[in-house]
Amino acid sequence: MGADTCSAPQGDATELTMGPAVTADASVTLSERAANHIRNFLAKRGSGLGIKLGVRTSGCSGMAYKLEFADSVDPEDIQFESFGVKVFVDPKSLSYLAGTELDFVREGLNEGFKFNNPNVKNACGCGESFNV
Amino acid sequence: MALLQIAEPGLSTAPHQHRLAVGIDLGTTNSLVATVRNGISVVLNDEHGRPLLPSVVRYHPDGSTTVGCEAQSRASEDPHNTIISAKRFMGRGIKDIPDAATLPYHFVDAPGMVQIKTVAGVKSPVEVSAEVLKVLKDRAEIALGGELTGAVITVPAYFDDAQRQATKDAARLAGLSVLRLLNEPTAAAIAYGLDNASEGIYAVYDLGGGTFDVSILKLTKGVFEVLSTNGDSALGGDDFDRRIYCWMLDESALHTVGDHDKAMLMAKAREAKEHLTDHPEVQITAVLATGQLIDFKLTEAKFNELAVSLVNKTLAPCRKALRDAGLQTGDIKGVVMVGGSTRVPRIQAAVGEFFGQTPLTNLDPDKVVALGAAIQANVLAGNKREDDWLLLDVVPLSLGLETMGGLVEKVIPRNSTIPVARGQDFTTYKDGQTAMSIHVLQGERELVSDCRSLARFALRGIPPMVAGAARIRVTFQVDADGLLSVTARETGTGIESHIEVKPSYGLSDDEVARMLQESYAHAREDVDARQLAEIKVDAQRLIDASVAALAEDGAALLQADERAAVEALITNLDSQLQGHDPAAIKRATEALNRGTAEFAARRMDASVKRALAGHKIDEIGM
Repeated sequence: MGADTCSAPQGDATELTMGPAVTADASVTLSERAANHIRNFLAKRGSGLGIKLGVRTSGCSGMAYKLEFADSVDPEDIQFESFGVKVFVDPKSLSYLAGTELDFVREGLNEGFKFNNPNVKNACGCGESFNV
Repeated sequence: MALLQIAEPGLSTAPHQHRLAVGIDLGTTNSLVATVRNGISVVLNDEHGRPLLPSVVRYHPDGSTTVGCEAQSRASEDPHNTIISAKRFMGRGIKDIPDAATLPYHFVDAPGMVQIKTVAGVKSPVEVSAEVLKVLKDRAEIALGGELTGAVITVPAYFDDAQRQATKDAARLAGLSVLRLLNEPTAAAIAYGLDNASEGIYAVYDLGGGTFDVSILKLTKGVFEVLSTNGDSALGGDDFDRRIYCWMLDESALHTVGDHDKAMLMAKAREAKEHLTDHPEVQITAVLATGQLIDFKLTEAKFNELAVSLVNKTLAPCRKALRDAGLQTGDIKGVVMVGGSTRVPRIQAAVGEFFGQTPLTNLDPDKVVALGAAIQANVLAGNKREDDWLLLDVVPLSLGLETMGGLVEKVIPRNSTIPVARGQDFTTYKDGQTAMSIHVLQGERELVSDCRSLARFALRGIPPMVAGAARIRVTFQVDADGLLSVTARETGTGIESHIEVKPSYGLSDDEVARMLQESYAHAREDVDARQLAEIKVDAQRLIDASVAALAEDGAALLQADERAAVEALITNLDSQLQGHDPAAIKRATEALNRGTAEFAARRMDASVKRALAGHKIDEIGM
């Protein structure tokens, strides 16, 4: 296990470069499907204000996403709301996440959340870390 | 692109460092795998959307295997090579399987654990279970998109060390890292306790395919404590199927059927039982290999009648578990039902009557154990703050060691919460004794011969001292998986000896291989030796009884020549006992039995006369 399972961005397997790097729209949104799932998860969990999205510097391609339940809000957090679900993003992360839509997808037996982030230039083969 | 799951605050993982953990309910009949995703415990289905994997493995001549539904549905075609309910054989010798003769397998007796001969070679129950675990592991890795960090695997609370070790070995063979073994009822309580979070004392009634467990649990502020456990490791839903199967044989006046028909009729019996859960009657039809048609109607009332003794058999352990916990049925706040067999309406009613309340059934009884195991796996893998709750588990059977006279000194009593460490001081009994042999045992009985021997080791190098002067501290330690290590230490010199109790079966791989070889070579001798020993014990018992009877009543009830005849027979048997011919001993035993029959009858008459003497006829109440 560990970061060594993933090498630096390479060739065609990592052509995940997406969309325009510069966005005027600095918001973060949820797809309806993602919002429905999050609402459901929060209800079953029994607590939580919403979810917190963020970016950390780590991983083989520089950055990694953070996706957590939000039990508390930091004063500087920026709050968005999609389909009635609150999304909190810290200002530093927002510069990397502006224009991102969080989607919930199913791929075979696997299902989970996927960041559609227009700022991404390169991602590692598996897409777990990226750079902008 | 990897898909992400929502983590608990502050517990996001670094890329490629997902702590993917699963809970596995390795059941006798069915197995399941569950995991916690986005904070919720869910059972992972296979590609056809089926949550249950039948714990059935079929071996093919080329060494390949089929596992699950496919193997189960074809079981009747290949009963010798389709291993069903392998969990019942885990860590068991052939003598521990009372119904071995009625099963379609070619059992091979091996030290510690029975093996099964298949077209793909001799397989141990550990290997069979590993095949089931491999399928669940693959399912989980596909569903979760990565390699598993580890798994929590559930075992019946009644499993002894050998059975627990066998389960761990099966997981290792399947390439799974075991985070912990967890008692099934405890896992069920986790699934219920966290969802309902109400404090109090609960009973968990778990009637699975092949095992029955009852546990008394105390829930306080999210902390689970197991107060007591009891059960029957050879009672389950399969037995209800067998009752229906036997009924069908009786009804059609058949004594035996071929293996193929047997497997087919057992499957029909199971279907009938499941159908009766929500129907008042079921029609069973089948065609045997002989062309004979089987066509019966089984009503719920008839099924209840067939099942009544099995249902009652589950209530005795309930009573014992309550007694061990020092509680009355009135102290129980709720009863959790686990295991597919608890869907049988008669069982729900009987449990309800026993505990005086309607049992809880709001979680799927087939899934509840796996869901709880997944919740614990998630904590152990580090995806949740561990101080959120703490889980206490218990030692299912007392652990102790042999003392003089073949008696067992218990060091850790049953139902002690684990992990636990207990020490006890022992001393030498002979002057100048320099070594001490330590024999570790498991069980509730007083005599060594009645308990299960787990290990033996020796502490050597004790300085010569007078008897009773040495102080040897023996420490028993049970880890969170319920596995034991024992240390003996002479406190004066500090010399120490230690053993990981590798229960009688859990030996190193080399040892297992060697012992297997030996067992094949000595199989015949072992059987003979056991038979001879049993015959000798019986003969000795008869001699002792005859001698005692002669001493007591011989003079009063026997003529001199009669007495001489009995004595001659005793002498004859006694001299045969010195030899090793089982047939001769048996003959002599029978001769003595016959020769004392008249004497026994006279003694009986005499004692009845004594008992009745001085009583009026109406006082006797006959």
